[in-house]
Amino acid sequence: MAAHDPRLVRTLYRSLRLIRRAEERLAEIYPSDKIKSPVHLSIGQEAASVGVCDALEPDDVVSATYRGHAAYLAKGGSLPAMIAEMYGKATGCAAGKGGSMHLVSAERHVIGASAVVGTNIPIAVGHALAFRRQGRDRVVVCFFGDGATEEGVFYESLNFAALHRLPVLFVCENNHYAIHEPLAKRWATDRLGERVATYGMKTHLVPDADVFAIRDGAAAAIARMRAGGGPEFMECRVYRWREHVGPNEDYDAGYRSRDEAVPWMDGDQVARLAAMLEADVRAAVDAEVEAEIDAAVAFAETSPPPAPDALFAHVFAG
Amino acid sequence: MSSPDSGVASAPSTAPAGEDRRVLSYVDALREAVAQEMERDASVFVMGLDVDDHKAIQGSTRGLVERFGPDRVFTTPLSEDAMTGVAIGAAMAGMRPIHVHIRNDFLMLCMNQLVNMAAKSHYMYGGAVTVPLVVRSMIGKSWGQGAQHSQALHAMFMHVPGLKVVAPSNAHDAKGCLIAAIRDDNPVIFVEHRLLYFSDAYVPAEPFVTEFGRAAVRAPGDDITLVGVSNMVMECLRARELLAEVGVSAEVVDPISLMPLDTDTIAASARRTGRLLVVDNAWTTCGASAEIIARVVEDPGTGGTVAVRRLGFAPTTCPTTPWLEQGFYPNPATIAASARRMVDPSAAPWEPDPEKAQLAYQKQFRGPF
Repeated sequence: MAAHDPRLVRTLYRSLRLIRRAEERLAEIYPSDKIKSPVHLSIGQEAASVGVCDALEPDDVVSATYRGHAAYLAKGGSLPAMIAEMYGKATGCAAGKGGSMHLVSAERHVIGASAVVGTNIPIAVGHALAFRRQGRDRVVVCFFGDGATEEGVFYESLNFAALHRLPVLFVCENNHYAIHEPLAKRWATDRLGERVATYGMKTHLVPDADVFAIRDGAAAAIARMRAGGGPEFMECRVYRWREHVGPNEDYDAGYRSRDEAVPWMDGDQVARLAAMLEADVRAAVDAEVEAEIDAAVAFAETSPPPAPDALFAHVFAG
Repeated sequence: MSSPDSGVASAPSTAPAGEDRRVLSYVDALREAVAQEMERDASVFVMGLDVDDHKAIQGSTRGLVERFGPDRVFTTPLSEDAMTGVAIGAAMAGMRPIHVHIRNDFLMLCMNQLVNMAAKSHYMYGGAVTVPLVVRSMIGKSWGQGAQHSQALHAMFMHVPGLKVVAPSNAHDAKGCLIAAIRDDNPVIFVEHRLLYFSDAYVPAEPFVTEFGRAAVRAPGDDITLVGVSNMVMECLRARELLAEVGVSAEVVDPISLMPLDTDTIAASARRTGRLLVVDNAWTTCGASAEIIARVVEDPGTGGTVAVRRLGFAPTTCPTTPWLEQGFYPNPATIAASARRMVDPSAAPWEPDPEKAQLAYQKQFRGPF
């Protein structure tokens, strides 16, 4: 394998490490009940968000899912605002009203996340339609899971985006499970890319969560999209290390075994990129990340709760 | 006040002077509202199955694609679920989409997007986004529209915080409400009764806004308050004329917008007359009529002082055959008979002549669409 640019390795590692460590910290905090809402951790899946978002310009748009910490942070969403959101504080990115499942960042163009699977997909396509009408050279990345590809709205959205050649990169984070149900119980075949290709769009498969392959594939797709090439599709196979919702592992629950997870853990992109860095560079990044997380947690802890009348704010705009 | 049968409907309640005395049909008022807003604001666009075809949603989108081009007026795949999401996403990104459906029944395919995204995004993202979306759809009646082409499901949308729901009853308000809906920064469910499309009213040529949350007293009266929703305003006005023949004076109130709802105007009228009959072109259970009455009765100033009653669809599925369909909908005769019983429970049973109770729009309407 060709050597990767050390600056790129450092950038990707920092993002991977921040997401991993932030979620590990959240998992430690969770039993304290300071976070009184569901959290769906991305641990093990970070490479999809980090690789794709590295290929984006600041003005580009990301649509995420309820398992969206990684996408939000990889696009540059504020960590203090994210943790404050999970604490239900007024300083949260959604003023405490959305929680972990509805992260949003107007400044970094994270356009929100839906807890109803697949629902974010046409919303992302609508943004692309608007950018086309507005004559703006922006692209949209739409993240969703393998379960979302079972929703009719997924195929409706592919069709419309392809029909109008809209600049959307559809990214399926295939973590092999919908809650606790494996693909084998849900898919007639695993030829997802073939299904999508029938809409006339280019498809890509990254089978091993290789963050460089994801990044390069996304960058090439996005360049074609900016040139008017229309939507493309990327399936990133990843693995969810923790339970569907909550801070723990659940390999003793009976629906999967740790043996299945081991190859994915052996291929962990965080560890892989850490090993590619000089020791002092890595130590500096790690220290930076820890300090950033400490500061974000402190911000969340000390932020004020929303005022009671905020209950009725934002039901309607204007 | 002109009668609903005279060809010019009853709004605005004072006949305008000069150039404003222009008569326009409901369907042309809708089209004019959209055209004027598209002219004013480049972010407004129209999407929906058949908006650019030769029938042009009964004419309500006629000429728009020729004038504004296929980038701003375009048909969609049937995909109602995704198309609603696309409209919401475009709205979040700064556009002002008008998503048109030929029937209200099809909005059931849009429910996830409307309820889980359109209604909630401004709130659940802490005000970070807005969804200035208009969802137009026809509701129906007559000519055997049957189980899946007759429904008026506005109450389902009233239930959910974050959605506005309007049901203009005449051409004047159709234009004013549609312009208001387009300019609103919130999702607006815009309900249009099919039979009203070719009813006429005085409609100003200039753009104007009919403010949501302000009911209109369409005709004064002292003995009972009739509240009509959408086309039922017209039917209540005819019922009022029938009631006058037996000495009952009915006041007719048009809520215009159902969410927000102007409870004050309705409650004030009901307190004065002592009786409130709400007539909806929809089922009564958990319906707009139930909501209007609950709000009036809950109003501290009203207490138990007002007698209340609802009329709406029969509690059954809408049949196609005219012999059964005629019993499905309220009509001026059933409205008048119900009102009479409320005003004078001891009076001998009275049924107005059904022929006399028919409205012009029912006589004129022929299918198939």
